[in-house]
Amino acid sequence: MNLQGPGMAEPVISVRDLVVEFVTRRGVLRAIDGVSFEIAKGEVLGVVGESGAGKSVTGAAIIGLIEPPGRIAGGEIRLEGARIDNLPAEAMRRIRGRRIGMIFQDPLTSLNPLYRVGDQLVETILTHTGLSPRAARARAIDLLAEVGIPAPERRIDGYPHEFSGGMRQRVVIALALCAEPDFIIADEPTTALDVSVQAQIIALIRRLCRERGTAVMLVTHDMGVIAETADRVAVMYAGRIAEIGPVRDVVKHPLHPYAKGLMGAIPTLASEAEELVQIPGAMPRLDRIPPGCAFNPRCALAIARCRTERPEPIAPHPAIARREHVEPGHRVACHLAEAPQ
Amino acid sequence: MLAFVIRRFLQSVVVMLAVGLIAFAMFRFVGDPVNQMVGVDTPQAEVERLRAALGLNDPMLVQFGRFILNAAQLDFGISYQFRQPVTRLLAERAPATLELAFTAAGFALVVGVLMGVYSALRRDSVLARVFQAVSLVGVSLPTFLIGILLIYLFAVQLGWLPSNGRGETVTLGGWWTTGLLTRSGLRALILPAITLGLFQMTLIMRLVRAEMLEVMRTDYIKFARARGLRTRVIHFGHALKNTLVPVITIAGLQLGSIIAFAIITETVFNWPGMGLLFLKAVHNVDIPIMAAYLMLIGFLFVTINLIVDLAYGLVDPRLRIALRS
Amino acid sequence: MPHPTSEEGKGLVGGGHGGRVARLIDSDILLSLRASGLTMVAAVIVVAMFLGAAFAPLIAPFDPFDPAKIFLSDASIPPRWQEGGDPRFLFGTDDQGRDLYSAILYGLRVSLVVGGLGVLLAAAIGITLGLVAGYLGGRVDAIIMRIADVQLTFPAILIALLIDGVVQALLRGHAREETAVPVLVISIGLSFWVQYARTIRGSTLVEKSKDYVAAARLVGLPAPVIMIRHVLPNVIGPVLVILTINLGLAIITEATLSFLGVGLPPTQPSLGTLISIGNKYLFSGDWWIVAFPGATLAILVLAVNLLGDWLRDALNPKLR
Repeated sequence: MNLQGPGMAEPVISVRDLVVEFVTRRGVLRAIDGVSFEIAKGEVLGVVGESGAGKSVTGAAIIGLIEPPGRIAGGEIRLEGARIDNLPAEAMRRIRGRRIGMIFQDPLTSLNPLYRVGDQLVETILTHTGLSPRAARARAIDLLAEVGIPAPERRIDGYPHEFSGGMRQRVVIALALCAEPDFIIADEPTTALDVSVQAQIIALIRRLCRERGTAVMLVTHDMGVIAETADRVAVMYAGRIAEIGPVRDVVKHPLHPYAKGLMGAIPTLASEAEELVQIPGAMPRLDRIPPGCAFNPRCALAIARCRTERPEPIAPHPAIARREHVEPGHRVACHLAEAPQ
Repeated sequence: MLAFVIRRFLQSVVVMLAVGLIAFAMFRFVGDPVNQMVGVDTPQAEVERLRAALGLNDPMLVQFGRFILNAAQLDFGISYQFRQPVTRLLAERAPATLELAFTAAGFALVVGVLMGVYSALRRDSVLARVFQAVSLVGVSLPTFLIGILLIYLFAVQLGWLPSNGRGETVTLGGWWTTGLLTRSGLRALILPAITLGLFQMTLIMRLVRAEMLEVMRTDYIKFARARGLRTRVIHFGHALKNTLVPVITIAGLQLGSIIAFAIITETVFNWPGMGLLFLKAVHNVDIPIMAAYLMLIGFLFVTINLIVDLAYGLVDPRLRIALRS
Repeated sequence: MPHPTSEEGKGLVGGGHGGRVARLIDSDILLSLRASGLTMVAAVIVVAMFLGAAFAPLIAPFDPFDPAKIFLSDASIPPRWQEGGDPRFLFGTDDQGRDLYSAILYGLRVSLVVGGLGVLLAAAIGITLGLVAGYLGGRVDAIIMRIADVQLTFPAILIALLIDGVVQALLRGHAREETAVPVLVISIGLSFWVQYARTIRGSTLVEKSKDYVAAARLVGLPAPVIMIRHVLPNVIGPVLVILTINLGLAIITEATLSFLGVGLPPTQPSLGTLISIGNKYLFSGDWWIVAFPGATLAILVLAVNLLGDWLRDALNPKLR
């Protein structure tokens, strides 16, 4: 099975058949059930889905921050070809921050309120580089300037609460960039921000990745952000990937019934007059995921096979691909796409 | 900031005046002070003369004002039972109580924080469970019972440590007596300090544990992990610092409680401090000492509250900024 | 990360008026009681001690207050199973020749009565002031809550000691036996009211803004009627938890005051008085005089606190 995106050699990050489980009193819950994808150098993969679909858990699994009662129960994660899912804690810590950076959702709570912004930057730089404290401070100021904070040599001694929400998210991004990681996980980086600031932050992430060739996994439930930012998009549902492919292709020609509903929910100027597509029902709880396709109870097109046999993400049948103008690299986990009806 | 300091200071003064009013009411109305000074056979005219001389016929407000002014100059009158100035009696016993209280507070803080941090970081370990059980017992057992238990174990059964008194003391600077410089003084301090500090220790431990578990769940700790910081730095830098901010407040406030609770410990260990003096005064209806002790404790609590409030502002930059603007 | 239990929680939080009482009766609480063995043991101990105290005159082999039945020749006899023990005296006798087992049962009775009444008085004061402060607001509220704030900075046990000490001094030992219990109850009541007042005031402020209070006002009901008939039932829930938690504290307070010699006199001993008496014989080897009352007190308070903790957690699903 070849899930690689177009035109790339060694992917920066490669996730294969990832399974994440949570052990609870009521049994073992599968939060992630067989997820596979790859991200190339300089590429932005958008990951969308409702809350609870497993987007954030996937990010946490890659950076090694799944905490008990959660555990990685299967599959493998590779960073530039080397497995990282089974590393000892200390080795994984050295990768965090240095080779994989992470941007959290809420800039108001991701910075320690009692530490100066500069202290948090310097400690991160010192942890991952051999710089002297003086050089680390100079680098911290450079980083703040790079993420667009005015007067960084003064602002570096400020406390987080002295920054606005957007400025704080810039600081968080600077912290993620401290050691020039190869890969950044941005977990809903704009959700907590004002709409006017969202665009700036997205543009900043996009620019920094272009300049540095950093691979990005952009987790969000906002299709608008994905459409603007990502090269490819993965639609997640109930801990599985429903559809993955080039972003314009998936947005314009979604194949999975769930993705169709999701794309229909993007309000654009053109479609304003049209009625928004509503998917009946809600995503199942982790302990109530039905057999077969997880989406089958909500799917208007479900056939008998959908209730028994689980679909794998594969390229659609050539006839369907032609009819729907689907580009290569577009995969969907739906029995209906396996053969023309 | 200055406005805040002034406002808090004025509040403290009001509270002190209220405490003073209670002390004054006790002093003035619980047992006539003149009756304590004269014999049964003193002629009525003599009694009246004394009353006038003491100003007991003046308007109440004048008397209260005089009482407060005297108190401000540390003049609380003469003890009925000792026939000595109350201030001197208290000053003689203050070092014993203060040494005991600060040792107990230090013990409570150090051990409490260590146990709290440990049981937060290793919450499922056997030792953490033991600490939890100890804390429940420590909160439930009355101080005096803990003291009796310790005396029975370490003084009566094992004979390792003395069970009463301060041991040998050394006088410093002509008035401060200390037990910290002699072996017997230090030995005598151990059991009372543990007795007095145990409750606060369990309190601090529970507080640190709960607070630290809370902090460990915050986004900035998760983010610190995601930045690849060393576990040690995350636990003892980020998490502990944030944990200790509220702990400082409570621990500071507990110092007042410790000095007040010294009454019980001093009774159990026959420790010659202010608490024991106060209790004797209660038994002997020695109102001037009771009034003075009340004012002293009130003053301690008010001062500690004030300091803690101001210190809190210094530790937490968010508050510091809020106060500045 | 998924929160598999969040939906359960929601069902419990949304109770509406009287939800807490409903939740208490809810089988869930009995389930959690059965689930925790330690709490079960604590409940059994508390019930047993209450019964033992209530029926002390029937259970106790001796009447420790009847001087005609107490003989100095029986003084300081060790517990029954010890060498020199007397089969009549299960826990031995004290220095006066009193049967310790009987004295403990009677002492328990005194401790529970004083602690229980003290806590109830504190609740009555606190609920009244909290309701008035919350409902009337304005200056009344400001004054009551300022007093509460100031009092809260002092430990309750110290305030009780001061009140008790001053009143004892005022009475100068006159009729101490008759006055000791009411004085202690009042001291405890005046020392522990603050927590109730703050809790009740907080929930009263919430309830005050609800429609049913506005409706009652529109109908023209007088304020006291609205407060007692309409607001009180909706804010009384948490009081039960505070009562239980404070009962342990009140018992400790009473025992401490009695130990310090300003509580109950030796003629009417509570557990604290018994411990105080026994403490004098610690060094002469008569350990049982202090050990059994001490153990009874410790077990009682521990059991009450365990029940309080459990009750608090069981009524607050967020903590589970």
